[in-house]
Amino acid sequence: MNLRKYLKVYKKFLHTSLASELEYKTNILVDLITAILSLVGSIFLLSIFFQNNGYIGGWKFEQALIIQAIYTILNGITNTWFNPNLTEIVKHIREGTLDFVILKPIDSQFFISLKKINPSGFLEIMLGFFLLLFCIKINQINLSLSFLSLSLITISCSICILYSLWFFISTTTIWFVKTWNAIEVLRSFLYIGRFPLNSFSLSLRVFFSIFIPIAFITTIPSEVFLGLSQLWEILLEVIVASVFFITSRKFWLFALKFYSSASS
Amino acid sequence: MISNLINRKIFTLLKVQYSNMLEYRVEIALWAISGIIPFFMLNIWTNNDLNESINISDVMLSRYFLCAFFVRQFSVVWVVFSFEEDSLMGKVSPYLIQPLNPFFRYFAQHLAEQITRFPFALIIAFFFFIFNPESLWIPNLGILLLSMLSTFLSFMIQFLIQSIVACLCFWTEKASSIERLLFIPTLFLSGLLAPVVSFPAYVKSWIYWTPFPYLIDFPANLLSGNESNISGGLSMQILWIFLLFPLFKKIWSEGTKKYTAMGS
Repeated sequence: MNLRKYLKVYKKFLHTSLASELEYKTNILVDLITAILSLVGSIFLLSIFFQNNGYIGGWKFEQALIIQAIYTILNGITNTWFNPNLTEIVKHIREGTLDFVILKPIDSQFFISLKKINPSGFLEIMLGFFLLLFCIKINQINLSLSFLSLSLITISCSICILYSLWFFISTTTIWFVKTWNAIEVLRSFLYIGRFPLNSFSLSLRVFFSIFIPIAFITTIPSEVFLGLSQLWEILLEVIVASVFFITSRKFWLFALKFYSSASS
Repeated sequence: MISNLINRKIFTLLKVQYSNMLEYRVEIALWAISGIIPFFMLNIWTNNDLNESINISDVMLSRYFLCAFFVRQFSVVWVVFSFEEDSLMGKVSPYLIQPLNPFFRYFAQHLAEQITRFPFALIIAFFFFIFNPESLWIPNLGILLLSMLSTFLSFMIQFLIQSIVACLCFWTEKASSIERLLFIPTLFLSGLLAPVVSFPAYVKSWIYWTPFPYLIDFPANLLSGNESNISGGLSMQILWIFLLFPLFKKIWSEGTKKYTAMGS
């Protein structure tokens, strides 16, 4: 592994895909409005839930906003990196151009998961950060070094889990070719990440912590922000994230053995 | 004679599209699963006793969300995405030569998909009743037919809106981002995530003038036996169709004049 080489290659990726995406400038504006409306919509929905109740699953409205902020950041990351690259993976496999990727003297997983970038997702990430700063203010959270490092760790673990889930589904393309609808299923499941885990019934809570760890993705980082999290939760998230990441890597290498190019 | 010809065309189109859709059973099943967000919302509502404040019992609310799921299943429209792809690939050109508006083709595609989707939706409903046996009910035939009609009208409204957006492909290359923008108000205001009755008064005062509550909330209320204004809702649906149809015809005739096949 030559880190410097990979950084240099990534710079080129950024350059080429930004250049091609910036051709559609109005598109980026439309995407920004979409992101803002989507955030307004979810806050509106949340306000309906809190209309006559002070607490949902033990969370106050101001606290639940943190979950929205983190969800928005993660959704922005999904739209910036995971979604455009998945589109590419499907195309590579359907048209057989994955051959060229495998032949390159570079790690194939690195290549296909970071090749593309969609700049309009950045705006969503920024939007999420602004909301997060606002939440820090209204919840009177004291910023300290240990708090910052803990929140950074948990959020990176969330990104790791999210990436692994996406990449896992992308990998199945090698067998199924069309995976759009599987992604739609994942997207609809991820939707519940907008709400505190405790607001669901026990059976759903178990399902979303064990089978699809969506619970970890937004709830634990938010708990870190509020100072409510237990150490074991953070440790568990780190373990889950690493297990998911390693499995997605292994699964990709396993799946490549079954790749037989197009029309052969 | 002319109507006979149109009937035959539509029947043939439907037959072709239905056999086409049957090939993609797995995908359609996954797509049906991706529509289960209303059930997650139901879980939040009943688990936190949020429905007490809007005077809807648990049973009625669960029926509402089940019906919302059904209405959504049979009013999903994706014509923008198909049309965008076809117009980028230049497939629209041969369609334009045929003595049939290409949107009939998409229309038949959607209807065929709904027929294919029906058994999967029934299976999901079956599981829903296993977990919530107390919410089982049988609507009377008149209500069932009326709600099928209003679901179809809701589908028509969404199909017309999306066809109008799809025609923007004649001017810009990426009309689908506009569709994603329009999807946000549809998601939050149509009643898929929360019944319109629960909306705060400042939204309820104007929302009934927009098409959104007639997309899901009205048909779902009708089918589930919740309070609904049958004649008012149906006439608003028809009114919106009458407003949108001339707009579509106008933009279609303008767009086809503007059309230049890709690469020319």
